Amino acid sequence: MGLDRRVFFKVLGATGLALAVGKEAFATTPRKSEVEFNGILYDSTRCVGCRTCEYECAAAHGLPTPKDEVEAVRKTNETCNTVVNTFQTSKGEVHVKRQCMHCNEPACCAACLTQAMHKNETGAVTWNGDKCMGCRYCMVSCPYDIPKFEFHSANPKIQKCDMCFDRQKDGKKPTCVTNCPNDALLFGKRRDLIKEARRRIYEKPDNYADHIYGEREVGGTGWLYLSPVPFEEVGMNTQLQQSSYPALTKGFLYSVPTVFVMLPTLLLGIHQATKNNKPKEENEDEQ
Amino acid sequence: MNNNYQIALDPDGKSIWKFLISELKPKGKFFTPFNIISIPIMLLGLGLIVIRFIYGIGSITNLTQETPWGLWIGFDVVTGVAFAGGAYVLTFMVYILNMHKYHSIVRVTVLNGFLAYVFYAGALLLDLGRPWHVINPIIGNGFGVSSVLFLVAWHFLLYMIAQLIEFSPAIAEWLGARRAHKILSGMTIAAVIFGITLSTLHQSGLGALYLMAKDKIHPLWYSEFIPVMFFVSSIFAGLSMVIFEGSISHKVFFSQISEKNHQAQNNIIRGLAMICAGTMFAYFFLKLLVFIHGQNWDLLNTPMGYWFLLEMIGFVFLPMMLFFYSYRTNNTFLIKVAAILTMLGVILNRLNVTVIGFRWDAAVHYIPSWMELVVTLAVIFTEIWIFRWVINRMPVLRDSPSWVNDNK
Repeated sequence: MGLDRRVFFKVLGATGLALAVGKEAFATTPRKSEVEFNGILYDSTRCVGCRTCEYECAAAHGLPTPKDEVEAVRKTNETCNTVVNTFQTSKGEVHVKRQCMHCNEPACCAACLTQAMHKNETGAVTWNGDKCMGCRYCMVSCPYDIPKFEFHSANPKIQKCDMCFDRQKDGKKPTCVTNCPNDALLFGKRRDLIKEARRRIYEKPDNYADHIYGEREVGGTGWLYLSPVPFEEVGMNTQLQQSSYPALTKGFLYSVPTVFVMLPTLLLGIHQATKNNKPKEENEDEQ
Repeated sequence: MNNNYQIALDPDGKSIWKFLISELKPKGKFFTPFNIISIPIMLLGLGLIVIRFIYGIGSITNLTQETPWGLWIGFDVVTGVAFAGGAYVLTFMVYILNMHKYHSIVRVTVLNGFLAYVFYAGALLLDLGRPWHVINPIIGNGFGVSSVLFLVAWHFLLYMIAQLIEFSPAIAEWLGARRAHKILSGMTIAAVIFGITLSTLHQSGLGALYLMAKDKIHPLWYSEFIPVMFFVSSIFAGLSMVIFEGSISHKVFFSQISEKNHQAQNNIIRGLAMICAGTMFAYFFLKLLVFIHGQNWDLLNTPMGYWFLLEMIGFVFLPMMLFFYSYRTNNTFLIKVAAILTMLGVILNRLNVTVIGFRWDAAVHYIPSWMELVVTLAVIFTEIWIFRWVINRMPVLRDSPSWVNDNK
């Protein structure tokens, strides 16, 4: 079968067109990493500890209404996704809201063997009950101990803050942000929030500790914190590594394909090499 | 007679069912001390499992939000799988290195390994909150390929299949299926190579599971080398189990073992002792390197530090020296003592990483409830029951029927 002039030009034209258009089409597709994560900036100097966010969060997620009288320092649990704690510090009473930090590279999502824990494109880390098998490896891995498990249920769920993912899909802000009476919470693109936090520290350096918690901790988190005192004083773990948690298992996981290719080959080689290292009669006698 | 296989002679399939039903019946005395102890515990365990599935995991365990994995993972799965490591080590020695000396104990070790995986991975189902979704990572309702647990789950499944293939000639001999025996025997070497590769990866993978619990495990036990440690220690953990289990089997199933294999046993145990001593030396040295590298000298003078020293000196260094010494002096009794010490050391090490050293600084530390212990014991006893059932029927410890050699 020969290639005549006409066909040659057709192929040439089609290739050229495909190259030109294809390149353009490829260039216009935004890469996933270019989508900015949403985040929330929590300014504890503005928080008055009214716990409105706790009540609103519970109502929005169908969880029991929080008690009115509570201890000063609590943890989230399977019946409440967020708590506001009160600390006595060198600069007086400071309130700190706690919930899932929505890490940039979440340990829970890397840990999940069914991808039930999922970091959405817009930044929220959510849980999918249709996939989860309840192994609780996310809880083991989370540096903030955030995923909570319903130990007393025959059909247990993992409970944690989902950054009101459904509301975000409708273009609304998370419930806690909308209902905060004192503007302690600010919802936006994470990059913008960091700029805003820097601005606040820069304009009122006496009011803030010079640290945006969550900017670098565990590779960056969706929630960013400002505090009037060093973060150790308000119960935040400042010992956590600055790089991502999933990177801790990377070395091991990368070695897996190597072992899978090299080891069987090696074993087969040794098997062949040692196969006939015994006289034949003795060999048969042994087996 | 054991070696008379009715169905092999009988062409029509009917008697296979008769044979299987007759084989299901218990053999031997029923009221043995072991049965009297194990039956109530198994029944109690069964009852607790029912409660667990009605009222949730929290109804019978002491697990908390801070300690989500307890005895069932730390002992049943992580420690149990380490002890099952003997199967891959022995198949490596016998089928890859062609050390025929150890051939007589391969079958029983593979059976032990297979049952350990079935039961301890089975015990995992009890610990899963939503066990009906256990199939998800297999069928692809979320391939969580970045997860170490995903790797471990797949490997458990594949390794169980590999071990079943390795063991299947014994089943074929039991059923008198000559053709199947020929085919299955031909698959052994492939299953062995696949199995060793899988074991290497998931023995270390069980350690890698804890890599992301960096701030939760006591620094004397956490290091980025946990996977390597778990792998190396699984070698002597598995072989110690082989020595321990072998010395019991040789008493309990005395009548099944041929005179030749009885005499070979001491020689086999002695060889295994030397391998244990060697790998323990490598392990001890690695531990030492990691400890020095971690610069944790100040932690030694704390209660957890003493605990660490007890594990390292009392249950690694001491049994290692005992293995060396008993190998040199050819003292079988001391080898068995060393094997038991080593096994205790492996239990200690795995629990230190997964339970005792996990959230060691918590205000209220997790201590397993008696019900968790009963369920664990029930799982172990059930495994021993099945093990005994198989040993009494299939040619595992005793010699293969005479037709096997003609079949080659």
